[in-house]
Amino acid sequence: MGLKAEPWQKAEIAGPKKALLISKPEVVVAMVKRAKRPILIVGHLAAKDYSDDVKMIDYAIRMSKTAGIPVVATAHTISEFIRRKFHSAANMHAMDIGNRLKDPEWKGLDGMGPYDLALFMGLPYYMGFVILAGLKHFSTNLKTISLDRFYNPHATWSFPNLSVKDWNESFETLLSKLGGK
Amino acid sequence: MSRKGVHVKIDELKTNIGLIKNLELSIGRIVEEKWAEPMGPTPFPGITTLREWDMKLLQRYKPFYLPFCDVCCLCTFGKCDLTGDKRGACGLNMAAQQSRIVLLACCIGAATHIAHARHLVEHLIEKYGRNSPIDVGGLNIDVEAPVTRLVCGIKPEKLKDLEDALDYCEEQVTHLLSATHTGQEGSNLDFESKVLHAGMVDQVGMEIADLAQISVLGFPKADPEAPLTDLGFAIADISKPTILVVGHNVPSSVGIIDYLTDKGLMGKVEVVGICCTAHDITRYSSMAKIVGPISWQLRYIRSGLADLIVVDEQCIRADALVEAKKVKAPVIASSPKNCLGLENRTKSPSKEIISDLVEEKVPGVLILDPDKVGEVAVETVMKVAPRRNKFSVIPKIEEIVAAAKECTVCNECRRACPNDQPIPEAIKAAAKGDLNPLAEILDSCIGCARCDSACPNDFPLHSFIVKAGEEQLWKEKFKMRVGRGAIQDVEIREVGQPIVFGEIPGVVAIVGCANYPRGGKEVAEIAEEFAKRRFIVVSSGCAAMSMAMVKDEEGKSLYEKYPGAFEAGGILNVGSCVSNPHIAGAAIKIASIFAKRKLRANYEEIADYILNRVGAVGLAWGAMSQKAASIASGFWRLGVPVIVGPHGSKYRRMLLGRADKEEDWYVYDARTGDKVYAGPAPEHLFTTAETKEEAMVLIAKLCMRPNDTTKGRAIKLTHYIDLHKRLYGVMPDDIQLFVRNKADIPITMKNEILKILEEKRWKEKSIPDPTLLPRLIRKRKGE
Ligand code: SF4
Ligand code: SF4
Ligand code: SF4
Repeated sequence: MGLKAEPWQKAEIAGPKKALLISKPEVVVAMVKRAKRPILIVGHLAAKDYSDDVKMIDYAIRMSKTAGIPVVATAHTISEFIRRKFHSAANMHAMDIGNRLKDPEWKGLDGMGPYDLALFMGLPYYMGFVILAGLKHFSTNLKTISLDRFYNPHATWSFPNLSVKDWNESFETLLSKLGGK
Repeated sequence: MSRKGVHVKIDELKTNIGLIKNLELSIGRIVEEKWAEPMGPTPFPGITTLREWDMKLLQRYKPFYLPFCDVCCLCTFGKCDLTGDKRGACGLNMAAQQSRIVLLACCIGAATHIAHARHLVEHLIEKYGRNSPIDVGGLNIDVEAPVTRLVCGIKPEKLKDLEDALDYCEEQVTHLLSATHTGQEGSNLDFESKVLHAGMVDQVGMEIADLAQISVLGFPKADPEAPLTDLGFAIADISKPTILVVGHNVPSSVGIIDYLTDKGLMGKVEVVGICCTAHDITRYSSMAKIVGPISWQLRYIRSGLADLIVVDEQCIRADALVEAKKVKAPVIASSPKNCLGLENRTKSPSKEIISDLVEEKVPGVLILDPDKVGEVAVETVMKVAPRRNKFSVIPKIEEIVAAAKECTVCNECRRACPNDQPIPEAIKAAAKGDLNPLAEILDSCIGCARCDSACPNDFPLHSFIVKAGEEQLWKEKFKMRVGRGAIQDVEIREVGQPIVFGEIPGVVAIVGCANYPRGGKEVAEIAEEFAKRRFIVVSSGCAAMSMAMVKDEEGKSLYEKYPGAFEAGGILNVGSCVSNPHIAGAAIKIASIFAKRKLRANYEEIADYILNRVGAVGLAWGAMSQKAASIASGFWRLGVPVIVGPHGSKYRRMLLGRADKEEDWYVYDARTGDKVYAGPAPEHLFTTAETKEEAMVLIAKLCMRPNDTTKGRAIKLTHYIDLHKRLYGVMPDDIQLFVRNKADIPITMKNEILKILEEKRWKEKSIPDPTLLPRLIRKRKGE
């Protein structure tokens, strides 16, 4: 892995506060295990071709099942979950979930209280960029992780820019280690 | 009442001190009051006059800020790190800074339209006289300037009357801009209120610009059957000299058409346009044709099809001159706002300028006289065209294949592309002789050439893409209905009731730029979906062009298939960017003509009416400019929600309602004074749709209003649920918020919905006569 904290879209430079690099998948595993109330937000690009045989959405489903993380599907992504017979995803507008995550009073999808870790994947890069920025500045007690294969500097933690192969391998490791929860 | 006093113009006056020529005096204007409607509460509102209304909106639709970066660098105290709860050296926090950036954008947008309007009005007054009548629809239109009447409280009858409103707009923008100075406004909500003010003032500015040009230049006057014009990359006859006009402010293009007409040269020279000047010149003359939206500048210039380029103002590529030089096409800049570094030759004899351009002594000139632009452009292009022979810099296929073999797959191009196009992969394929992947990129390419700039090998990648997609491009020829201008009063009378009752499920305004995430076809698809569903679809600007660029099996565009009237199932093009107030105006006229609410300087009441009763939604699918920001904010203040495409998330903040907070959705019932839960209708004032599917579902949802009758609500719910099920594959999970009593439930879905309501422990609610304004309550409790 070429581990550089370089935004995928070159001009999307953030800082002074920038995402920490997920140097190895174990970082995500540790974060998820430590979190009391994690949530996974999945945008529509998760169901687009990602590599020959893997779509991000399949990883999302496996991750949700393995670690019991609730899923929010944004835009029409919910239809892709249903197509894959995954019926427990909630459907929410991306701006709505961003806006609610920033609110420390929000009781969450299940009414059990606010989330402390939000994992993002599959939003258009620049939409993810600005929503993560909104959360970086305006949320309290929330950590964010960008799971796309591009460095998204406004998250708390982000993968670096990865090849499809490296990204797939990271996810496989991540999933296998998460299983040990 | 007029804001100012007397304006005296004396062309010639013999006095005992001699002959005085062209004397103009402004000493405060006395205008005879012919408008019987009494003055409303807020004529010429200042920057805080409507603050209470704004705060009502902002209380419900709270800003969600989406910073681009963590710092502020607006003064030399900075840079300041505003991360989280940090404050800058001036004491400002991140929320206020973001709203300040939004205000700056809206001031830029409003100033642009207002300056455009000022230029047009001055030019037209000079040419046609101060007393030229305002006429935007003859007998079909009584309310000629709904926005100006509503905001300023004046009823403009002649060109000169527009100056008062412009004075007002300019003054307001100056105040608003001053609020962004370091150490002025400190509250984000006050910045937001000023954003709304900028948007409102912008609507006045745009309305004035369009009123002036429609009235004087003979554009279609509220004509549902405005003529169809040709549109597409290949519309110009390439055997003829071609002038390309780009921009927004039409006088120089009018100068070209007039010169051709005067000299009997019609048919000898092609005049084609890009962006809003193209809209307006086709409203002026059937001689002109449209190439396409703003994003088509580079592909057209580089293809060498334009023998001469005339640019006026707004949304013109800053490198237009550089690109034109490459294809040896001379450039005439014609706006004081966009001089391109060219020498001002306004006062030079035309012959000299023409010869300098033809002999390539200069790459271009600045001419600030529209008639002279006309003469120089026509005479020059006729001499330049045969020599240029449509010289193009679009490479040959062999050149692309050869270059592609040198590609290092460094990904720089893709990482520069705003639409994240797979250029390296396409180049890899091109190296093997397969240009299809490159051709496929053309559809989603917004013509920015950031890929060119990024490539370490200096490949002109945009040109590669254009070449690869050339075949399709050259086939393209479409029909667009030219901008019709305003909506007739009689049209409003006919649809007012069904809109307010909800039986026409909504008015969808598809407007704005062409910075689409996946090409212009999406706007056509969205427009047709809603026209088929019997919404009223109105459009303007580049979106109105993109909507034309799809044909059905019979080869017809949407404008040929759907009526151009403001009626259920209509698809209307109102015109250019400055025509947008006709859309706002239609909503205002529903309140004033159909519902007979007082219009004059009665902003708050009319906005309250629209927010609660008129199911209108704006969609700016490719919005990119500061003008788009101010146009949107003008709609927000009037109570019309706006959805932007994914790139619009970069506008720095959304205005979002919280459907889960019951307390946010109470309105007064004007009949009783009771506070009644009216549901999240409309749920948001400004938000981003991630995909076209989401945009469609959101449009249907945001058309719901507290005032819908049960029949109307059932119709609106049918569309919302139907689209949700079709595009998301599931029932929406918030139906219970929109069903007020059982009669709201669409009959065909009754059992299914009743079950859901039961599960959600739904309770019946009353349907109020909704308002947010206590002063509109007719009878208080106990009275
Ligand atoms: S305007 Fe305020 S926050 Fe911005 S650089 Fe100056 S002191 Fe810092
Ligand atoms: S010109 Fe087209 S392909 Fe190139 S960066 Fe811009 S949008 Fe992307
Ligand atoms: S930037 Fe140029 S060299 Fe790099 S991948 Fe793109 S085309 Fe190839």
